[in-house]
Amino acid sequence: MNLLAARWFEFVATGAGIIILVILAAVAAFLIWEATPALTADISELQKISWFNADSFLAFVAPLIFGTLLASLLALLVAVPLAVSIALFISHYAPRKFAGPLGYVIDLLAAIPSVVYGLWGALWLAPVIDPVFRWLTSFLGFIPLFADYQPPAKNIMTASLVLAVMILPIITAVSREVFLQTPRLHEEAALALGATRWELVRMAVFPFGRSGVISAAMLGLGRALGETMAVLMILSPGTLFSFFLLKPGQHQTIAANIASKFPEASGVSVSVLIATGLALFVITLLVNMAARWIVSRRSDFSGAN
Amino acid sequence: MASGAVAGVLALTLSACGADATETTPAATGGSDNTETAAASGAIAGAGASSQEKAMGGWIATATSALPDLTVTYEAVGSGGGREQFLGGGVQFAGTDAALKPEEKEAAVERCYGGEAVQLPLYISPIAVVYNLPSVDAANLNMSAETIAKIFNGDITKWNDDAIAAENEGVDLPDLDIIPVNRSDESGTTENFTEYLVDVAGDAWPHEASGDWPRSGTQSGNGTSGVIDTVTQTEGAITYADASRAGSLGTAALKVGEEYVPFSAEAAAAVVDASPRAEDASATNIVVELDRATTASGAYPMVLISYSVACSVYETEADANNVKAFLTYVASEAGQAVAAEADVAGSAPISAALRSEVQAAIDSISVAG
Repeated sequence: MNLLAARWFEFVATGAGIIILVILAAVAAFLIWEATPALTADISELQKISWFNADSFLAFVAPLIFGTLLASLLALLVAVPLAVSIALFISHYAPRKFAGPLGYVIDLLAAIPSVVYGLWGALWLAPVIDPVFRWLTSFLGFIPLFADYQPPAKNIMTASLVLAVMILPIITAVSREVFLQTPRLHEEAALALGATRWELVRMAVFPFGRSGVISAAMLGLGRALGETMAVLMILSPGTLFSFFLLKPGQHQTIAANIASKFPEASGVSVSVLIATGLALFVITLLVNMAARWIVSRRSDFSGAN
Repeated sequence: MASGAVAGVLALTLSACGADATETTPAATGGSDNTETAAASGAIAGAGASSQEKAMGGWIATATSALPDLTVTYEAVGSGGGREQFLGGGVQFAGTDAALKPEEKEAAVERCYGGEAVQLPLYISPIAVVYNLPSVDAANLNMSAETIAKIFNGDITKWNDDAIAAENEGVDLPDLDIIPVNRSDESGTTENFTEYLVDVAGDAWPHEASGDWPRSGTQSGNGTSGVIDTVTQTEGAITYADASRAGSLGTAALKVGEEYVPFSAEAAAAVVDASPRAEDASATNIVVELDRATTASGAYPMVLISYSVACSVYETEADANNVKAFLTYVASEAGQAVAAEADVAGSAPISAALRSEVQAAIDSISVAG
């Protein structure tokens, strides 16, 4: 009987593992199949599409990839330090009474639909952050990054800030769990050597948790790369390779571009949009593989050994 | 006093009766369509322009009282997608902002069992130039097409620019940056707006007409609500949008001939009547070549026309009758009034002259064989 249960469980677990691979393969096959007409079409055919203003498909998708990566990396830049600090506070600083509820609140942020974040960003954050951007552009405008702000704040900076809030819960939750796993002995050893709380965190918690934090950041990056509604509702899009973070009409992400163009698309223009989706799929795959590689390289830092 | 009250009650009763009468017996008012309307039952599907989606929603919702046995669906897949589905035989009618292209008309002959495509301008929507200037009291700012073109091309950057001031004597214009806002998605509104600028503004508008905004580096919003929200938030911002969505924002009066015309349903319908028909137009192919440079008095030239496309010949009697009944309702005074309601689509009802032409075209729809 026990043996039967064990066999049965093995079967279910293996099945689940295979299903996820099949789904992934099916998505990839769908993307490739649907994108092929666009990838093989003559360029003159593509240029008949009213919004296709490039000389090749690659030239069309490149600025979108740039915008997607820029928005996601900016979001990561804001979210990771904040998330790690919050996770540390919950795991090592906050009184236990306080840590639990705070963790719940952070997790709650993950349950808010992205369209609500989009509304929040477009209708609340944009007007609120307007004076900050005005100040930035008038005092630090000599740095190209902050030059030429134009209200309203529908630029990549605002979009990235909203993305940062959206990926905050996942990074915080994973980091918190990792920090809580720090071996008690390491911590006590550090304290025995007379370490302060900060030194304890630096010497025992960070080295142990580094690979976990990187994994967490990559999970967050994955979400930021694919985020659609929030970007669509906040950003004034454009397709330039531009580092003007406060200027409108400079950047666009792949996902938001698909959502914006798809309703009126038909025929080969649908293929073009799906082909950009394929590009996003490949990027996400590369990012995840890079994360795996980093984590495996850092595994010797893990306190488990 | 007492007699006044009685008269009031009487009037109320009468009007209530009137409303009842038109609501319950719409078929009777249709005269010759009586038989078709009565026979309309089953389902027809349409697809196409998202511009007329709201109006179509209103028509479908209210048509149930006149045509209780008929189910109509409309999928807003975009003009191009709608024409494609219609020609492929997937839907019985289509909605499109642009009339069928010549090759599509050829394809329509096969799709329509040897007949042809019937194109009817049933949705006329005025587009307004909308701005956010709370300090300006004037009901409308006067703007010529050149001024609008220069504003949206970034050549006029301040609200108190001489070009604007010259057209608005006596209006106290603020020393404020102009922030032009355009649609970020492909849109029939953008296409009609840029067509207007190309036709009327001359050299002031150096771009071509297109459903996609030609300039980069601009503020923009996704969809009509996107641009309206952006302008509502930002003092000094200006955009173009479906006139019914302007709300409490200011709207520009356009220069037509020597006068300035603010948008209104009548003015929008007037420009359609004042415009010539397309070269290939016929009694059933009612395609309007909008004369945006019109100087006709009281015409508002910035309008979007969205066509309903049907077949002149259908395979089955049911399809022919259903399409006829539904389009008859859409073209009717009641149907046009539904779409004109501000909370439906705020469109401009077609004129009586155009209606009789459209009705004749609808009546010509027949069954193959």
